[in-house]
Amino acid sequence: MSGEFTLDDLKRILRAAAGADESVDLDGDIADASFEALGYESLALLETGSRIEQEYGIVLRDDLLTVEETPRGLIDSVNAHLSGAVST
Amino acid sequence: MNTPVVVTGLGVVSPNGLGAADYWAATLVGKSGLSRITRFDPSQYPARLAGEIHGFAAEEHLPSRLLPQTDRMTRLALVAADWALADAGVSTAERPAFEMGVITASASGGFEFGQNELRKLWSRGGQYVSAYQSFAWFYAVNSGQISIRHGLKGPSGVVVSDQAGGLDAVAQARRQIRKGTPLIVSGGVDASLCPWGWVAQTAGGRLSTSDEPSRAYLPFDSAARGHVPGEGGAILIMEDLAAARARGARVYGEVAGYGATFDPRPGSGRAPGLRKAIELALADADTGPAAVDLVFADAAALPELDRSEAAALCAVFGARGVPVTAPKTMTGRLYSGAAPLDLATAFLAMREGIIPPTVNVEAAAEHRLDLVTRQTRDAELRTVLVLARGHGGFNSAMVLRSARDTDPPVANERKTHVR
Repeated sequence: MSGEFTLDDLKRILRAAAGADESVDLDGDIADASFEALGYESLALLETGSRIEQEYGIVLRDDLLTVEETPRGLIDSVNAHLSGAVST
Repeated sequence: MNTPVVVTGLGVVSPNGLGAADYWAATLVGKSGLSRITRFDPSQYPARLAGEIHGFAAEEHLPSRLLPQTDRMTRLALVAADWALADAGVSTAERPAFEMGVITASASGGFEFGQNELRKLWSRGGQYVSAYQSFAWFYAVNSGQISIRHGLKGPSGVVVSDQAGGLDAVAQARRQIRKGTPLIVSGGVDASLCPWGWVAQTAGGRLSTSDEPSRAYLPFDSAARGHVPGEGGAILIMEDLAAARARGARVYGEVAGYGATFDPRPGSGRAPGLRKAIELALADADTGPAAVDLVFADAAALPELDRSEAAALCAVFGARGVPVTAPKTMTGRLYSGAAPLDLATAFLAMREGIIPPTVNVEAAAEHRLDLVTRQTRDAELRTVLVLARGHGGFNSAMVLRSARDTDPPVANERKTHVR
């Protein structure tokens, strides 16, 4: 898998894992919105996290996948795993 | 006091028609939805025909958030619920959430979704199983998803009693309305036409192994040889009559009576319970056999079960004492969806004054039934009986009364003899 996990990667996985809320534009400025504000509940995030783990071969901390988390926070954590800054 | 409970909206998803209007038009001309299975290759299985719904594209009707988390049966149920609410002219957003509930029937749960996730479990590992498997497969999921989509927070649940459940759920909805919730979304939709679901149904030993759609499902025919399963059903909007009238709703008719029994253990020598269920339903509706204008049969299409249903009908109504029909010969048996679809069909039949036919069947003389075969029959229909039996001994019967007979003067008059 390539080195960096981007917002586009996250959007692709979110759409496949859980779809997108009709009232939310995922292509808008979403990096700092909470997942809850983006229309995702805990199960959607569990499924999203699971797909990221499978695709990138990493294991994320359970407490990372909360509805209060933001796309930017999740992307930073995934990239920290990918760069080896966090051991899994 | 037992307040009258009426149906004000219909949502139909059937192998021979999507939407109540399409379904009814197809049913009147005897259009069958039975054919060789296309969803998977059925050639290795003993039964190969089914009533599949074609042309249903869930993404045209439902938001993308719902698609990864729903089995086919739930998608069909959600769309049927949308259509039923629209048909009833009900805007759920404008009503108090705790004054609306949802009680559906289910017979199998989300088999196709479950099959896909179980395949991932044994082929790739537990981490590949969808988080939505936690609920997408289970019996109550149609009620749950309808409740969430429309914000229905009143009494809700699921009834599981195979094909009888379709009536049992509607009866439970009526109970909750009489306890004070003015509107309940009810009915049932089943769909398990996938290899796992098919193996489970085959194991029941009741499927027809014919490869000819017009000769496969022949209830009350001397060539009866089991049933063809289908997918689909109907969602009904049920309301307290006074509340429905107060908002000016169009009323299809009343759920006037219900009875349910359980068969004695096999070999006991005691009679099966269907006759008693019919008698209980008639008594509950404060009426008698002479008032019944039409019966929708359970129509198992296994010789012994056909004999026992015909015997119950002859015992209550006399030989050829009432017209009997089974439009499910066009859809296959829909399990929990079958009786709600029969209820919807009965309301449409009462409105139009037309009895839809039992297709492809030549009624065997031994059953002594006035079976409406080949084509429609015109009739004034004011009281209709719907029967449903579930595997393992469930018998349910429901009496419906036409909209005309739920007009306020008649309803008020009837109140005087309600127990």
